[in-house]
Amino acid sequence: MKKLWQIFVSFFRIGAFTFGGGYAMIPLIQHEAVEKRKWVTDEDILDIVAIAESTPGPIAINSATFVGYRAAGVLGSACATLGVVLPSFVVILALSFVLSQFQDVQAVQYAFNGIRVGVLALLVKALWTMYTKSPKGWAAYVVMGVSFLLTAIFSDIVIYVIIGCAVFGIVTSRIMERRAQ
Amino acid sequence: MAFVELFLTFFMIGIVTFGGGYAMLRMIQEQVALRWGELIPVESLTNFVAVSESTPGPFAINMATYVGSVVGGDQGGFGMTVLGSFCATMGVVLPSFIVILIVAKIYDRFRSSKLVKDAMSGLKPAVVGLLANAILGVLVEVFAPAGFAWSLFTTSAFYISLGIFAVTVVLAFKKVHPIILICLSAVAGIAFGYLGWL
Repeated sequence: MKKLWQIFVSFFRIGAFTFGGGYAMIPLIQHEAVEKRKWVTDEDILDIVAIAESTPGPIAINSATFVGYRAAGVLGSACATLGVVLPSFVVILALSFVLSQFQDVQAVQYAFNGIRVGVLALLVKALWTMYTKSPKGWAAYVVMGVSFLLTAIFSDIVIYVIIGCAVFGIVTSRIMERRAQ
Repeated sequence: MAFVELFLTFFMIGIVTFGGGYAMLRMIQEQVALRWGELIPVESLTNFVAVSESTPGPFAINMATYVGSVVGGDQGGFGMTVLGSFCATMGVVLPSFIVILIVAKIYDRFRSSKLVKDAMSGLKPAVVGLLANAILGVLVEVFAPAGFAWSLFTTSAFYISLGIFAVTVVLAFKKVHPIILICLSAVAGIAFGYLGWL
């Protein structure tokens, strides 16, 4: 019971301080779920994000559900998902009554200009952590480069990149084993 | 009826979109124009995207809650607004939740199977590439919001952003709590904003 509460509180905190999409959540999950609570490892996070990318739905919700499941099964995933959704829900609902005024508040604009820079820094650190846990070698570097370039050039192809990279992983593993024999 | 439609529409959007909130945006735009075009004109939705960037929480949830509140609010007062938000948000969350529960169960059983391991050997570096691309997007937004030009290097905003970035990146690697970093950078944004430098 205590653990479920911890999961809810951690993900509530994560949801409340994620600005701008699922990726921005990764550094917070790393801090809360890996470093602080040790529910999962950095390797698990890489697995979880890979799966979150290759399944339908927002990455943020997918990752939260998965980490919650790892931490405490089905109830854990329910607490994590509820926790991560609630701050958004409450804030937006409250804002929907004063939406036009909110956009004009100068301090909010300024704060967000700063927050974007902070998010960028957090993402760079998350990228470094993920890079160190990712497989290395020529095949892995090709996948990193190609997936980066393709998604930078074309929009709406993430799912094809994901499928392609999974197939590429399977094929290159087979080839390397055959060579090793 | 409006509430069932909200739930089902967002449930469908949740099922068919891959790759995060922004991939969902176009789908939401289409469906909103089709179903609630009179209530939520295109400009309102675009404005809300901007608001959603400066409010906490996953983008997809923010969008669903917003559309739900407008469509629900059209049915009546405060209670209807809340109910509308609730239906839309539940709709967008539920597919993810169910799919991940199933996948997590299967994955825990098959994670040591050869096929899954090999596929993961391609997926893990792909995630690194995709995250790098997401960072590129934020990088452009922060340093060259109006597109690249040499005159960028003469603006104070560029150097202030660079300074905040340098400090926060060092703190991030020193494992300072991300929430503290977010708060610090917000304060820096406000301070430099009122000074007219950012």
